[in-house]
Amino acid sequence: MKRIFALLVFTAITLTSCGEDLDDNLVAKTEVETTFNFTHNWDDTAVTNSDFNTVQYTNANGEMLSIEKLRYLISDITFSREGEEDIVLDIYNLVDVTNNNNLSFTPETKIPTGTYTNVSFTFGFDAEDNVDGAYLDLNSESWAVPNTPMLGSVGGYHYMQLEGKFTNSTTPETGYAYHTIRAADGSTTPPTIQETAINVDLGPVVIINDTSFEIKMNIAEWFKNTYQWDLTQWNNMLMPNFQAQLKMNENGQNVFSLGTITQ
Amino acid sequence: MKNWFIYILLIISISACTKDEIEVYEPTPMPLSIPQIFSQNIIPPVIPNNNPQTVQGVALGKKLFFDKKLSGNETMACASCHSPQNAFTDITPTSVGIDGTFGSRNSMPLFNLAWNYGERFAWDGKELSIERQALEPVQNPIEMHSEWDDVVNKLQSDPEYPELFRLAFKTTTITKELTTKAIAQFERTLISANSKFDRYSLGQATLTAQEENGLNVFLDETKGDCFHCHGNPNNPLWTDNIFHNNGLDSNFTDLGLGGVTGDTNDNGKFKSPSLRNLAYTAPYMHDGRFNTIDEVIEFYSTGLQTSSTVDPLMKKVTQGGVNLSAQDKADLKAFLLTLSDPSFLTNPDFQE
Repeated sequence: MKRIFALLVFTAITLTSCGEDLDDNLVAKTEVETTFNFTHNWDDTAVTNSDFNTVQYTNANGEMLSIEKLRYLISDITFSREGEEDIVLDIYNLVDVTNNNNLSFTPETKIPTGTYTNVSFTFGFDAEDNVDGAYLDLNSESWAVPNTPMLGSVGGYHYMQLEGKFTNSTTPETGYAYHTIRAADGSTTPPTIQETAINVDLGPVVIINDTSFEIKMNIAEWFKNTYQWDLTQWNNMLMPNFQAQLKMNENGQNVFSLGTITQ
Repeated sequence: MKNWFIYILLIISISACTKDEIEVYEPTPMPLSIPQIFSQNIIPPVIPNNNPQTVQGVALGKKLFFDKKLSGNETMACASCHSPQNAFTDITPTSVGIDGTFGSRNSMPLFNLAWNYGERFAWDGKELSIERQALEPVQNPIEMHSEWDDVVNKLQSDPEYPELFRLAFKTTTITKELTTKAIAQFERTLISANSKFDRYSLGQATLTAQEENGLNVFLDETKGDCFHCHGNPNNPLWTDNIFHNNGLDSNFTDLGLGGVTGDTNDNGKFKSPSLRNLAYTAPYMHDGRFNTIDEVIEFYSTGLQTSSTVDPLMKKVTQGGVNLSAQDKADLKAFLLTLSDPSFLTNPDFQE
């Protein structure tokens, strides 16, 4: 009888030890999830893929244009704190607006709650990450930049593919392919290479819970600030155009901004 | 006596954990053999969870692929339009069916299908898996012109097939779904990755100066700019598996993807075919309008037609294209021919 009693007590203890510890839910989180939601606009008019394929936007130079494809790469999301090392998430996300893929991105790594002096990310890849052929998923998306002498024999990856058609009073509807990459001029010896990834600062934030950041891209900015882009001159074959790549980098500085933060 | 309850409990617990002694037959798994050039550069292939590759499934699929029983009058097999000697396409602009009627599309070559990550198959993307694609030609009145019920009855009454289906799928009851699953398994084994350029990428071969210049023409945005749609050395599929209007026509007699999606913005768009094995897959384009690689290169150089959906990547359309020099055209062709994989045509695993 004693043994049966002991067996019953043991079973009861074993079973109850598997129960959820409700006290856990009362403890404040020390690490939280961050989510980055990418939205797009043309000077504050929302743009989604349902707006694609119609010539309806006017750029700073007065050309009317459509968007048929928009996808771009962001990487190295960084959280900076006073007096502590930056938390750098060595990740990347290919935002594909055309197909509504990866418009929301939640890094696997959780972030400690606290006060951050800045949150930032890289548009494209910095020199350390822009390694030719290194990312099988990006290779599979045909996202690579040709590793050719003309492009400085450095390969790597596209940063953005923005494509569509434009027209003005003298130009019939014509395709454009605004592709941003690392600027490279293979005609010099040695090739001239200039990093054109863009560091995007979102500013300070106090993180107390799971947090969503809205990252806004104003597509019109690619064509106006500080360089008024003339699509009749530069509409295609821009990857090997060193000067065009520098101007894209110049205009890209103010393309992104922080929208709503929700916690 | 007091202990009997504990002993019985222990016996029940232990016996519940013992292995079921009944031997259950399972087909033998046969994972795809992924070539080094693929595993080094691109993500793994797509294998549906409900149709894993097995030795018996692939063997059955191969037999079905070459079996004329699948057509109404038993004169055509899948292989009739998808011949191993032609990288699994045929040699006519469009393909003739059992009644002598020609269809409107060029037969697509079959290889590396498991790496079509978007899983839209056929020129117009209407088929959303290999399994579903395999259903269509059998019942198409201008192709194999049969009925699946008839095909299933023929296979079911065959002396060999019920047992082969049992080995592949653990049932002797044949259905069209199992039939196309087997065909899809075989088709996924059709892997081509042994071209001269593959060996060059792996450091096992060298390109001639002409072939190297042709590669540069292919990768140069101001010249061929072929890579945006047809891959590059980092994407050895040599296709993006996406749909583009490449400027073939100003007016569309075939809507392509637009006919499937109903979106006029998709009119005139067709899948970028892989450039692998180009030497064996003439004629070219969705309607087989070009007989030679030279004609294709000339089209991209000087023959582009404008339309509302022409791809923005098709530059200088008003001038007909990028007007390649004669030397660049010859070099580009030389490079394209390095994508030929003759071992694919003669692989004994793919022959009847």
